[in-house]
Amino acid sequence: MGVVTGIPMEFQFGTNWAKFSELTGGIIGQTLAMEGMFSFFLESSFLALFIFGEKLMGQKLHFLTGFLVFLGSWASGWFILATNAWMQHPVGYEILDNGKFVLENFSALFTNPWLLPAFLHNQMASVVTSAFVMASIGAFYILRNKHSEYGKLFLKTGVVFGLISSVLVAFPTGDWNAKNVAKYQPGTFAAMEGIFETEEAGAEIVLIGQPNMVAKKLDNKIAVPNILSFLTYQEWDKQIPGMDQFEDDELPDNIPALYYSYHIMVGLGTIFIGVMALALFLLWRKKLYNIKPLLWTIMFLVPFPYIANITGWYTAELGRQPYLVYGLLRTSDGISPTVSSGNTLFTLLGFVALYMLLGLLFLVLVGKTINEGPTPKTH
Amino acid sequence: MDGYDFGAGIIHLFFAKKEEDKEVITKSAGLFWDSNEVWLVAAGGMLFMAFPTFYASVFSGFYLPLIIVLWLIIFRAIGLEFRGQFKYQMWKDIWDKSFGISSLLLALFFGIALGNIVRGVNLGSVENGVSAYEGHYFFLPLWNSSFSPLTEHPGVIDWFTIIIGLIAVVTLAIHGANWVILKTNSSINTKLKGVIFKLNIVLAALTLFSLYVWQMVNANSLDNFIHKPYLLVFPLIYLTGLVGLFFIKKSKKTVMRLYCQPY
Repeated sequence: MGVVTGIPMEFQFGTNWAKFSELTGGIIGQTLAMEGMFSFFLESSFLALFIFGEKLMGQKLHFLTGFLVFLGSWASGWFILATNAWMQHPVGYEILDNGKFVLENFSALFTNPWLLPAFLHNQMASVVTSAFVMASIGAFYILRNKHSEYGKLFLKTGVVFGLISSVLVAFPTGDWNAKNVAKYQPGTFAAMEGIFETEEAGAEIVLIGQPNMVAKKLDNKIAVPNILSFLTYQEWDKQIPGMDQFEDDELPDNIPALYYSYHIMVGLGTIFIGVMALALFLLWRKKLYNIKPLLWTIMFLVPFPYIANITGWYTAELGRQPYLVYGLLRTSDGISPTVSSGNTLFTLLGFVALYMLLGLLFLVLVGKTINEGPTPKTH
Repeated sequence: MDGYDFGAGIIHLFFAKKEEDKEVITKSAGLFWDSNEVWLVAAGGMLFMAFPTFYASVFSGFYLPLIIVLWLIIFRAIGLEFRGQFKYQMWKDIWDKSFGISSLLLALFFGIALGNIVRGVNLGSVENGVSAYEGHYFFLPLWNSSFSPLTEHPGVIDWFTIIIGLIAVVTLAIHGANWVILKTNSSINTKLKGVIFKLNIVLAALTLFSLYVWQMVNANSLDNFIHKPYLLVFPLIYLTGLVGLFFIKKSKKTVMRLYCQPY
């Protein structure tokens, strides 16, 4: 499923973003081709060995193949995020007279200050997701009182890794990313934090509030003064520029969507830390397996890491608007000049339908597998 | 690269009647299609890196057919991967059809793509001396109302490209049949040998016919061979393959001939 949904993503560069591909192909073509050549081959060859080769290879070699799959997929993430980091914060490039970007400094692509925080944040978020899935399945087995020995193992592993990874997602990686946004994309930072007006000294952190784009203010705001300045710059009184400091065409075009994505991600992250900390505490006191409300909570939390991941990417991508390559290439200049919007809508609807079908099949099959439990099948 | 598993899909669609045969054929393709897609991804990435302008121009120009190919690849994957997961015959039938039909259409579409290259694509329609699009960009509709390659702005699908598409289907069916014979011992293998012989005849006839219409569509198409005689090696390989097919029973290199077709 990953393969067949991955191919459209790669092809889209050419089909839907032709102008962007033509202009920046000299740079992002490098990282994407490296992703295909190095990581994708590594991952897919050893995935096959991992799945089919357990009996042939013995435990140690089998573990090695698993490790190589991990290495391949994380290297994939590294190359993809190198591409994205370059779009967020372009480095090591030169622009020719015909508007094409060429690579001037190869190593700059991988020492991009945007890359490491984004990579670690993204990978930690993936660990959060898998830890929550594992904990959720464990809670399900315990609640149903079937396979409960496996359930306890799953829950224990899930809770321990869930807490470690959700803390790491927030601090230091998430914090580090936010500082990068404040430094390199100040307009985006103001928009995602919902700061409409610049304050004299010290910016407040908004917990709840709905952006009102007509009156240019937040409705029903609950905010804590000076915290944002402290979190970002470790100075209580540091001034943070609000959206009034930027031209309209420099700010993201969909500010409410950006604001909500960011706040949903942060809010969910906080809830994850809270639930997992409580669960770990009760695990330590040997009470966790008997407290049903918490088990139910953990079981039903499973979709939320996915939502947090998606809103996180929305934050990154909506925040980069109106640019494809921040500050250099506008999104409207990167599209395919010859593909009409009607054709794009047609293909978009087709993909939506197909992916919904794939999602449904995925849920049915995964649900079936979970229901059957981890007992080895006998043929 | 994907040749034989498209072919296996076509054979599966038309000739596999018994449940065991269906299962064996899907398994013979199911183990390998994934690795073939990896090559596809790698090829795409390399093309992007080496020729970004070409990548941008061709992928946006062939927008609709490419997206349809992506959809078909997804349907084929669903068919192959989900078949073994459901135990009721009703679902298996659906996955089988999904695999077979999308394989057939994919072979057809790749042939049509070759046909477009052979026929020539109108890059950037120039009107009154001014290019309607910027430089090298173009956009092909799926078809135009006449389905004719001889009009000024032919679509992706016209009667010429469909002929080339059919050649691809027949070639890949032979290739797939050889693959099935080589890799499995299903009960239809003896029957498939007869099928291959008949398909060979069809292929030879189609090839001759396509050469004739090719001259009609693109009259100076053979000039390249006069200027660069070494290119003749490609049609020679093709001919060797075609003749060889009649003699060699277990040839698996038959897909070579497909690659020779556009030159």
